[in-house]
Amino acid sequence: MFVVAAIAILIALALAVARVLLGPTVFDRVLAANTVGTLAILLLSVVGFLTGRPEFLDIGITYGLLNLIGTLAVLKFFRYGDLSQSGEEETSS
Amino acid sequence: MTVAAFQDTAIMALSWLFICSGSVLVVIAAIGLVRMPDLFTRMHAAGMIDTLAAALLIVGMMLQAGWGLVSLKLLILLALFFITSPTATHAVARAALSAGVEPLMDDGHDVAADVLGDGRNRSAIEGMQAQAIDQARRPKGRWG
Repeated sequence: MFVVAAIAILIALALAVARVLLGPTVFDRVLAANTVGTLAILLLSVVGFLTGRPEFLDIGITYGLLNLIGTLAVLKFFRYGDLSQSGEEETSS
Repeated sequence: MTVAAFQDTAIMALSWLFICSGSVLVVIAAIGLVRMPDLFTRMHAAGMIDTLAAALLIVGMMLQAGWGLVSLKLLILLALFFITSPTATHAVARAALSAGVEPLMDDGHDVAADVLGDGRNRSAIEGMQAQAIDQARRPKGRWG
């Protein structure tokens, strides 16, 4: 039954990657990339259960932490064109 | 059938129920991610994967694993999802609004001006009218 879950997550991953490739704006791509990260974590846990090696969960937790940082970094890069800005002079408050 | 065996069967059935509904939901939300008409509705579909589908799958796996370190790790993963994914979605929405991506609205309401609070694209009179309409439309105190 974990096989069914793994296949479903793989289908969803394919659709999310399709959105990354299609996305008209950069924000669509960032959103879909974040979803790809989430689905990858779920796939890691499911495959860990499937093969009887739940140690994969540690990798999943690490990847989950990196996913948020990566999303925010990409957004900041496209906002300021540079990651070294402090972001305090944000005009839109 | 003893009580313990019945309990085991019930927990297994519940766990498969959670995992199967989680799988179905993941696929539905991914179809939504491809088919929805604009960024903000796609965000809704992505939020579905991040919270409900992930929660169902992880709770199903926790029931499979039983009490122990594996369950604790799954719980940490779930807490991580519930904290980080709304943060990421919120950041994407705000960045998109301030970069000028307009949500599809059927009444021409300027959402970006409401959220970002700069009242752009409005003359003074139009601004006052829009403010009055906004106040009439909204529940009091909810939006500050």
